[in-house]
Amino acid sequence: MSEARPRSLLYLDNVSVSFDGFKALNALSLVIEPGELRAIIGPNGAGKTTMMDIITGKTRPDEGEVFFEDTVDLTKKDEADIARLGIGRKFQKPTVFESHTVWDNLELALNRKRGVFSTLFYRLTAEDKARIEEILSTVRLSHRRDELAGSLSHGQKQWLEIGMLLAQEPKLLLVDEPVAGMTDAETVETAILLKEIAKTRSVVVVEHDMGFIRDLGVKVTCLAEGSVLAEGSIDYVSNDPKVIENYLGR
Amino acid sequence: MITQFLLKGADRRITIMLAVLLALAVLVPASNLLLSPENPLHVPTYAMSLFGKYLCYALLALALDLVWGYCGILSLGHGAFFALGGYAMGMYLMRQIGPRGVYGDPILPDFMVFLNWKELPWFWHGFDMFWFAMLMVLLVPGLLAFVFGWFAFRSRVNGVYLSIITQAMTYALLLAFFRNDMGFGGNNGLTDFKDILGFSVQADGTRAALFAATAFFLALCLLIASAIVSSKFGKVLVGVRDAESRVRFLGYRVEHVKLFTFVVSAMMAGIAGALFVPQVGIINPGEFAPGNSIEVVIWTAVGGRGTLIGPIIGAVAVAFGKSMFTSAFPEVWLFALGGLFVAVTLFLPKGIVGTISGYVSARKAIKASKDAEAGVDVDKPIQPAE
Amino acid sequence: MLKLLFKTWFLCLALAFGGQAFAQTASSDLFNQLGKANFADAEKIVVELAKSGDTKIVPALEALGAGDLYLRKEDGKVFVAKGSGATLTLTDPASGEAAGEAPKGALTKIKVNNTLRRAINSALGGLTLMSPDKATRLSAAQAVIKSPSGEMLALLETALAAESDAGVRKVMEEARAVSLMSSDRPLEDKKTAIQTIREIGGRDAIGILRAALPAADASLKPDIEKAITGIEDSLKLWDMGQNVVYGLSLGSVLLLAAIGLAITFGVMGVINMAHGEMVMIGAYSTFIVQDVIRTHAPGLFDWSLAIALPVAFVITGAVGFAIERGVIRFLYGRPLETLLATWGISLILQQTVRSIFGPTNREVGNPSWMSGSFQLGGLAITSNRLWIIAFSMAVFLALLVLLKRSSFGLMMRAVTQNRRMASSMGIRTPWVDAFTFALGSGIAGLAGVALSQIDNVSPNLGQSYIIDSFMVVVFGGVGNLWGTLVGALSLGILNKFLEPYVGAVLGKILVLVLIILFIQKRPRGLFALKGRAVES
Repeated sequence: MSEARPRSLLYLDNVSVSFDGFKALNALSLVIEPGELRAIIGPNGAGKTTMMDIITGKTRPDEGEVFFEDTVDLTKKDEADIARLGIGRKFQKPTVFESHTVWDNLELALNRKRGVFSTLFYRLTAEDKARIEEILSTVRLSHRRDELAGSLSHGQKQWLEIGMLLAQEPKLLLVDEPVAGMTDAETVETAILLKEIAKTRSVVVVEHDMGFIRDLGVKVTCLAEGSVLAEGSIDYVSNDPKVIENYLGR
Repeated sequence: MITQFLLKGADRRITIMLAVLLALAVLVPASNLLLSPENPLHVPTYAMSLFGKYLCYALLALALDLVWGYCGILSLGHGAFFALGGYAMGMYLMRQIGPRGVYGDPILPDFMVFLNWKELPWFWHGFDMFWFAMLMVLLVPGLLAFVFGWFAFRSRVNGVYLSIITQAMTYALLLAFFRNDMGFGGNNGLTDFKDILGFSVQADGTRAALFAATAFFLALCLLIASAIVSSKFGKVLVGVRDAESRVRFLGYRVEHVKLFTFVVSAMMAGIAGALFVPQVGIINPGEFAPGNSIEVVIWTAVGGRGTLIGPIIGAVAVAFGKSMFTSAFPEVWLFALGGLFVAVTLFLPKGIVGTISGYVSARKAIKASKDAEAGVDVDKPIQPAE
Repeated sequence: MLKLLFKTWFLCLALAFGGQAFAQTASSDLFNQLGKANFADAEKIVVELAKSGDTKIVPALEALGAGDLYLRKEDGKVFVAKGSGATLTLTDPASGEAAGEAPKGALTKIKVNNTLRRAINSALGGLTLMSPDKATRLSAAQAVIKSPSGEMLALLETALAAESDAGVRKVMEEARAVSLMSSDRPLEDKKTAIQTIREIGGRDAIGILRAALPAADASLKPDIEKAITGIEDSLKLWDMGQNVVYGLSLGSVLLLAAIGLAITFGVMGVINMAHGEMVMIGAYSTFIVQDVIRTHAPGLFDWSLAIALPVAFVITGAVGFAIERGVIRFLYGRPLETLLATWGISLILQQTVRSIFGPTNREVGNPSWMSGSFQLGGLAITSNRLWIIAFSMAVFLALLVLLKRSSFGLMMRAVTQNRRMASSMGIRTPWVDAFTFALGSGIAGLAGVALSQIDNVSPNLGQSYIIDSFMVVVFGGVGNLWGTLVGALSLGILNKFLEPYVGAVLGKILVLVLIILFIQKRPRGLFALKGRAVES
């Protein structure tokens, strides 16, 4: 069986999960290749967030297989393990540490030893400092480094969170609705940022904003009722009659 | 490296508090022992012991602040760790009585003779040695916290649920220690202590030394706590409090973070209990009462959780107030305490210290943002943590 | 001896013909013999007397036991003599007719010892077997079971033959079986007797069999032992049943105390630490209502609880409403602070009640229909417990209907499941909260009325239930009343099952530890809502 599997970064096969009889995912299969940028669309309740929950270990599937880099069974690991394997996740609602400074947020996210005693005796090295500076400029927050994250605007929080994911140096980045609540200008900049990031790693973006997805110009997967409805280029998917009926409307 | 680690966390306010504590550790015993009772600066022994008791409470409140203020775990069972530390010390003091008990048994404490026990239960062995008892002061609360926390944090019991089961924990211990067959003196507890390390517990010199030790250990624990919260680990801790799932998705083991903090905090509470017992001369199951643990929470809340020095100020202030009230108008005390709970949660959620420092930093921010476009939301009321 | 035998035969004959006159003369003779008899003979005479079945001699036998039976020296006749002073009034022992007076000096007291007294008692027991009154016969037969003797056997058999009432007959047969064990009847009879005794069951039967065991014939011993174990097994079953009853009773109390808590926790996500004080206030409301009734309308006392229920509901509901509007609504989204504030409120309420009513227990009476108990098979059930079980089920069902059928219930369920969505649908969540809190407190008040019947009404009443109620909520889970029901009943039963083995305190500790372990497996309780909405 395993030989038949294509070389993949993320591999979901026949994954199902239900909450109190409601099937959130229904035999979902999905493959993400290394270095790929993938957009996922679908109506509310299609199972997009549940899928992310499964990949990151927050929810356990009732059945089905989830493999990372062909060999690591993600259904056996918890969130911290999976994060350390190199899967980063951005939430729908920006989730940053509001009572820490922007700098501290990034310092916490940095991919260093995360055990109790290594963090107790951690000292900021010049190398780490440089890395944080670099990320700060990537997400355009250098001038606000010493301010509390709670005082940032909504869009800046989104970016700080993306910056934290970068600091984590993941192989796969799961991004849930990154442009929700952003201005048009911010949306365009975010698309550029994500494409930049996707050069060095795989990214899965869940988004409702069709314009944003067109800006990304990548392969699109449409989910509905817990399984894949259609997959392909944005033009192919948006012309699929099933997608039109279920999601886009006439 | 340890000293460097410890000193790193001490900011200005902590340093002042440390200085105050160390000064107290020296000056109060000195005035008690060296000055004549007529001298206006003389501190009478009863006042010194009373204040020593407050400092034990302060240490307990500090321990709670570490888990509640920084990690968001509202433990309603910290009194249990305090009491366990107290019992460990009490057992040492009981063994020191030796043949001077009422029944004159060289080994068995009076209550065991009274219950017709023939030999010392296994868990009483070793408590005749001071070092062993002191080890147990740390280990017993630490171990309970470890086992309890390991179960609770691993299965992600949190919020109100966790608070309730910590309360259940101390309640279960309360019931257990009331039983005579547990071997801890039943509802009378352990008392009638004679001496500690060969010095009479009643003597002024011993009392002064106990006071100094209490102030010293409070200072030491304050130093440790400040080192913890100012390290990267401390930032993770606050992260767990504010956005637990984000910490998890960044790859930190939240359960380990919580467990470590919980255990350290329980050990500090144990030390507080151990210092408390020789100064008040008794330890009984009443210390496990759920109400006691909740009172610790109000000390911490009044002083300001998440500030380290707040709980110390809060504990001393509230305990002092309690002594005043209960001697002047005993029936009013519960009204005052109940009112304090309501008032602090409604009007002073950051406590005394938190509110003052919030005010100070807000003033600074206004000054700083006179020309800068953005600033801290000064006028916005305090936002509840989610 | 021969004479005695003859008399016995004569007596039986007399009984068979039911002739009162014969019996009377026979008894008269026997009584007169008592005057000269030694203790051993006297015992035999008493047995003979008992066999007469003549209920008229009952007072005389009682007099013998009490030392009021005298021998008249001049003619050797025996009389019951009563009175004080030098002269005593005489009564004929056999007929019960007055027989003049006699100076004390002319009489000799007939002495009794303990063996004789025992014989008298069982004779009395046997005699009343013949009483025309059904109840007397029944209690007489039961008395025989309690202190059986082989001597009674013949009498019992005679009584059985004459008995027409089936209920009394059954008891008499049991009495016969019990008496048979200590008689010299054939083994076959004894074997059937053992079976009958086994059917009686209970600890008394075990006692009888145990007593018979050492003296019994070797061939009977296995039968007896088997019967003993058989009875013990069924006793164990009854004990278990009794534990279930106790457990249900405790569980229903827990249910009453916890259900209001579960509702507020489910809908608002806050723990009301003052919930126990609401229970306490409900109990004090009962006290006030009873106090008013006692002074103004004592005739209504049996209705006091029915009146107290709405009063307590309104009072505690109003207090709860005030707490929600006055404090809790300012603490939205801060469940831990709410917990602290309500703890403060609980202290204030406790002290208020203590200041008004004093720190000691207040007397709350049980109406007549709440007191008493009855036996159901091997189960002892007290009425007040039974009423409380029924009451808690009624409250549960009423709440269930309220939640499922009323529009307020619909709103409450909506807010429980998704507060934000409910609010967007136009539900005024603050008012739902306020009324939910009032409802939860009102139910606590109802619980207080019930608890006033079985517990001490003191300012600390609530404190003793609050932790247990929390445990029920934690165990059962929130957002589903069935969880609370199952949680309360299973914790109640578990507690009562552990109690006989480890004692009440240790049992309670074990239950707490078990819940702490349980919550590891199911952090949200037995009946938790699942899905994404509740997690975030």
